[in-house]
Amino acid sequence: MRLALPAKPTPLRAEQIILFRISGQVFAISSASIQEVRSADGLTGGTTELNVPDIRKVREALRRGDKSHFIVNGAAHFGLAASPGMLVFVLRRTRTALLIDAIEKMTTMTRLQALPLSFCHEERRWYRGLTALDQAVVPVVHPDGFLTQEEIQLLDAALPPLESSLEDAPPETQLPQ
Amino acid sequence: MTVAAELELKSFVLLRLGERRFAVAAGQIAELVAPSRVFRFPHRTPKIEGVLLRRGRMIPVCDVAESLVGKRLTERRLYLIAVRTYGAKTEWVALPVTGECELINAELMAASASDEPHVAGWLSHGGDVIEVLNLNALTPGSEEISGSAPSQQSLEVQP
Repeated sequence: MRLALPAKPTPLRAEQIILFRISGQVFAISSASIQEVRSADGLTGGTTELNVPDIRKVREALRRGDKSHFIVNGAAHFGLAASPGMLVFVLRRTRTALLIDAIEKMTTMTRLQALPLSFCHEERRWYRGLTALDQAVVPVVHPDGFLTQEEIQLLDAALPPLESSLEDAPPETQLPQ
Repeated sequence: MTVAAELELKSFVLLRLGERRFAVAAGQIAELVAPSRVFRFPHRTPKIEGVLLRRGRMIPVCDVAESLVGKRLTERRLYLIAVRTYGAKTEWVALPVTGECELINAELMAASASDEPHVAGWLSHGGDVIEVLNLNALTPGSEEISGSAPSQQSLEVQP
C-alpha cells in the first residue's frame, strides 16, 4: 500500500537564528527579529511597572523614546515553570520584549516546517514552524506571537503618561540587521 | 461469485490500546514504526504530546487512548502513522499503540446516529465487534484553530 506523501518542508535559503532557553526548553528566533539583547538586571530604573490582571505575563514595560516595549515573561507565556529571566530580547517591529533565561547559540536553519495542523490552538500564533537541528526539533517563535492586538491595547491603557526622565537607558547590545 | 465478494470486504488495520482493539481503514495507514523520541515543546492542544522526527519530517504524536479506553498509555510498543485529512490537505499523525497491528479484510457495518463521532463504523473479527475509527473526529485539527494562524507566506525566510 503506497500513500501520497504529505507535502515536504520547503527548502529555504539559510536563515540565521538564535537558540535560547526558557525554563529548560529550547526555542529559536530569527536573529533578524531581534533589535537588542539586554541584561534583565540592567533594566532596573528603565522600566515601568504594569499591573493588568488579565495579562499576568507582562509586569513591566521598557520605554525607548516615545515607544514602549512590553516585557513578556517567556515562562509565563508558554506555561512553563517560573524561572528567573536573565536576558531580554527587544523584538524588532513589535511592541514586545521577551524575558528569557539564556542564549544557547547562534546557528543557521535551512528548513522550516509549518506547524502540523494537529496543533490547533494558541501555538499557531506562537510559532512560525519547527526546524530540525542536530537531530532535535526546535520550535521557531513568531515575534508577533507574544501579544495580541487586544492585549497591546489593554497594556497601552495601563501605561502611565510618558516621562522624559526614562531616556537614560542602560548599555545595550545592538544586533546587526 | 464468492460470499466474500458479495460482502464487499475492505481492508483494515487492527490496533491495540491496552486490552481493547480498534480498527482503522488500511488506506489511511502509512506505516508502523518503532518507538522513537518524542520532541515536546509548549502548546495548548489536548491529546498532542509532541512530534516524532522521521526522515526529516515532524509528525505530531496524538495519544487517543484516553478518549478511547479512558486512560493514557503507560506502555507503548509502536507508532501507527496514519493519514489525517484537514479539508483538502492531508498530514501524517502518529498514534501510539500497545501491541502488534494486524491487517485484516472485513465487512464494514455503518455507524448509527447514536454512535460517538469517532466511530466510522463497526466490523466483526475473531468473535469481537470492533470500532472502526474516524481519525478526523478523534484527533485535533484545524477546524478547532483559535486565532489567526500564520500564513504559509510567513514561513519564507526573510533576507
